[in-house]
Amino acid sequence: MDFSDSPEEARFRAEARAWLEKHVPSERELAGMDEVERCKYWQKRKYDAGWACIRWPKEYGGRDSSAMQQVIWNQEESRLSPPTGVLSIGQGMAAPTLMQWANEEVKRKHLPPLASGEHIWCQLFSEPASGSDLAALRMRAEREGDDWILNGQKIWTSGAHYSDYGIVVVRSDPTVPKHQGLTYFFVDMKSAGIETRPIKQISGDSNFNEVYFNDVRVPDRQRLGAVGQGWQVSMTTLMHERLAIGGGGGLNTRHLFRLAEQTEIDGRPAIEDRAVRARLAHWYCREMGLKYTGYRAMTALSRGEIPGPENSISKLVGAVQSQDMASFAMDLLEFCGAVMQRDLAAGEGQLGYAFLGSPGIRIAGGSDEIMLNILAERVLGMPQDPRVDKGIPFHEIATGSKN
Amino acid sequence: MNFELSDDQKLVREQARAFLDEHCPPSVVRCILEGEEPYDRELWRGIASLGWLGTTIPVSYGGLGLSHYELCVMAEELGRATAPVPFSSSVYFAAEALLLAGSEEQKQEWLPQLAIGEAIGTLAVAEGPGRPVPSQLKTRVSSGVMSGEKYPVPDGDVADFVVVVAQDAALGKPSMFLVRGEHLNRRTIETVDRTRSHAWIEANDAPVECMGVAGQGWELLENLMNRAAVLFAWEQVGGSDAALEQARQYSLERYAFGRPIGSFQAIKHKLAHAYVNNTLARSNCYYGIWALANDAPELPLAAATARVSASQAYYYSSKENIQTHGGMGFTWEFDCQFHYRRAKLLSLAVGSETWWQERLVTAYEQANAA
Repeated sequence: MDFSDSPEEARFRAEARAWLEKHVPSERELAGMDEVERCKYWQKRKYDAGWACIRWPKEYGGRDSSAMQQVIWNQEESRLSPPTGVLSIGQGMAAPTLMQWANEEVKRKHLPPLASGEHIWCQLFSEPASGSDLAALRMRAEREGDDWILNGQKIWTSGAHYSDYGIVVVRSDPTVPKHQGLTYFFVDMKSAGIETRPIKQISGDSNFNEVYFNDVRVPDRQRLGAVGQGWQVSMTTLMHERLAIGGGGGLNTRHLFRLAEQTEIDGRPAIEDRAVRARLAHWYCREMGLKYTGYRAMTALSRGEIPGPENSISKLVGAVQSQDMASFAMDLLEFCGAVMQRDLAAGEGQLGYAFLGSPGIRIAGGSDEIMLNILAERVLGMPQDPRVDKGIPFHEIATGSKN
Repeated sequence: MNFELSDDQKLVREQARAFLDEHCPPSVVRCILEGEEPYDRELWRGIASLGWLGTTIPVSYGGLGLSHYELCVMAEELGRATAPVPFSSSVYFAAEALLLAGSEEQKQEWLPQLAIGEAIGTLAVAEGPGRPVPSQLKTRVSSGVMSGEKYPVPDGDVADFVVVVAQDAALGKPSMFLVRGEHLNRRTIETVDRTRSHAWIEANDAPVECMGVAGQGWELLENLMNRAAVLFAWEQVGGSDAALEQARQYSLERYAFGRPIGSFQAIKHKLAHAYVNNTLARSNCYYGIWALANDAPELPLAAATARVSASQAYYYSSKENIQTHGGMGFTWEFDCQFHYRRAKLLSLAVGSETWWQERLVTAYEQANAA
C-alpha cells in the first residue's frame, strides 16, 4: 500500500495543477456576477482549453481522460474552490443518461453545450405524490402526432428557474403496472406551459422549485429510450445522482475539534471533557472510515476496475453525522448555541445553518431509508418487500389523502 | 494511490479461509466451549505447520519474514472462524514484544519456538478491575524478582512465558519484564468467552528478565498496544463480517407472516447498518495496517481509529445477529453465541472502547500539535 500517485498520475496531477493555478479566476475577476454567471464563466474557460468534463469523449466536448484522471482533476480543482455548483446536475446526471440512451444526433447537439456551460440542465423526477416511491409518479404524457403533451407537477427541482433543459420522467400509460407505464424525455425549459415556483426551506434558502406543466408540447425525438422504458432510463440517472451527492455538507470533525478547543466547560477547554472526547472520537472514526473507503474506490479506479458498492454509504453516513455534529456543536456553546445573529454567533451562524440545512441532505437523492433498502437488496442480496401494488394497473392502485 | 492488499496477500487470505473452513468449523469451537481443553491443540499444530505463527518473525529467528499485511489477513480469517487458539497472545503480544524490546538472547531463545508453536507467550497488563495506570501498578520487581498478581491474562494458564509490565522498585517507574511460566502460580479462570482461555497469575519472588530499556515499560506497552490493536481490529472485522453473514443467511431461510423475515425493513435496515459499520471499520483497518507495516508516525491515531470502529462494528453485528435469530439465537444450541462472546472479549482484550476513544483524541491532539 502507498498513497502516492503512479508516475503517470503524478504527471497528470502536475499538469492539471499548473493549469488550474494559472487559470482559476480571482474573486475580483468574478465581481458583479451571480452564481450562475460565475459557473458559466469558469466552465467556458475550461472548455476552451480542453479541461471541461475531461472524462467525456472528445467529440462531445471532453478530453477522453480516465476515471482516475477525473478523480485527480476533481481533487485539484476543489482545492482552489472555483464556482461549479449549478452545472453538476446537467453534467453529472443528465449527460451520462444522454450518453447511454440518446441517439448520435442528440448527443452531438446537446453534450458539447453541457460541457461548455452554455446550457444548464435540471432534473424533473419527484412529484408531490411520489418521492421514495418514484415509480408512482403521475405526470401524464399523451401522444399527439409526432409530439407528446405533458400535464402535471414536479417538485424538488434544483435550479429549474435558470435551467435551459430538463430531464423528465412521466406516465405515458396508466393502464399497466406502474414501472411499465413510464417514458423519459428531455424538455426545453423555455417551452410554453412550464411554470416554476421556488420552495422556501427551513434554512431560509430556496434551492428547489415546484415546476408545473400545462399542456407542454414535447417532440417525440426528445424521448430517451422506448415508450414504457422510462424506469430503466431513470435508473441510469439515479445511479449517477447517488455518486454525485457527497457526504453532505459543511461540518466535519476538524471544525468540531477546533470548536471544542475554543469553547469552555466549567472554565476548562471543552476538549478536556471526557464526554466530549468520546463523541469526537466516535465521529472521527466514521469520517475516517468514509475517507479511507474513498481511497479504496480510488484504487479500484486507478486499476481500471469499477469501485464496489461501498461508495453508496457516503451520503447515508455523512448526512446524519453532519446533522448530529451540528446539534452537538450548538450544545457546546450552551445558551449561545441558538444564536444565528451574524455579528454575535460563533462562525457567523454557520452551525445553526448546518443544523437547519442537514435534514434536507438526509432526504435528497434517496432518503436514508431508501439508501438502507438499496444496500440490503443490492449489496446483501435480501428480498424486496412484497408490494401490494405489484402487477396492478397504475390507475387501480390505492392512494392516500397526503398527496 | 494504492490502498489495497496485493494479489499475493489476498491469496494468503483465501488459503487461510480454506484451511479454517476445513479445520475450524463451528464444531471445533463448540468443543472448546463445552470441554476442559484450553485450546484446540490439533488446530494449533495445523496453524503452526503452515508457518502462520512466524509470519512476521525474521527468517534468521526461524520465521517467514513476511510483513504485517500477510499477518492481518490471517487475523481476519481467525476472527471469522472464532478460532479457539492462543494466536493473538503468542503473535500480537509475545512475538511483537520480543521484536520490539527483546534482547538478542531473549529473541534467540523464544522467537524460533514461537514461530513453530513449540512455545506460547502472552502479555499481562491488568491487575483486576479498572483501567491500568502506570503509577499505580501493584506488581513490583525488586532485585530481579517479581511479586504481585495479574488477571485476566489471556492464555496465562498455558503460556511458557509472560511479558509483564511491573513497577521497577529501583526506578520508581514501570519496566517491561519477561517471566517464565514455571515461576508463576496460576489458575484458569472463567471469562465471557470460554473458547479463549484466561488465567489469574501470581508471582512470589519470581525471577524475571528485563525487556528493553529499564524504566520505559509503559512507553513500550503503549507501542505494543497500538501494534496489537491493529491486528485485533482485523480479527474483529473478520468476526463482524461473519456475524452479519450468519444473520443474513438466517433471515433468508426463516419465514414469518408468510414471507422471509429478511424481506422486512426492520431486518434489512438493521443488517444494512451492520454492513455500513463493517465497511467503515474495514477501511480504517486498511489505514491501520498501512501505518503498522510502515512503522509510520501516524500509528497511534490509525490504531485507535481502527480499534474503536472495529469494536463498535463487531458488537453491533454480533448482538443484532442474535436478535435476527429470535428465540433460537440465545440458546446454547445455536452458534450465535460464539460471535457475541468473542466480540465482547476482543473489545476488552487490548483495552475497552472507551479507553481507545480517549487514546484516539490524545493521539489526534499530539498529531495536530506537532
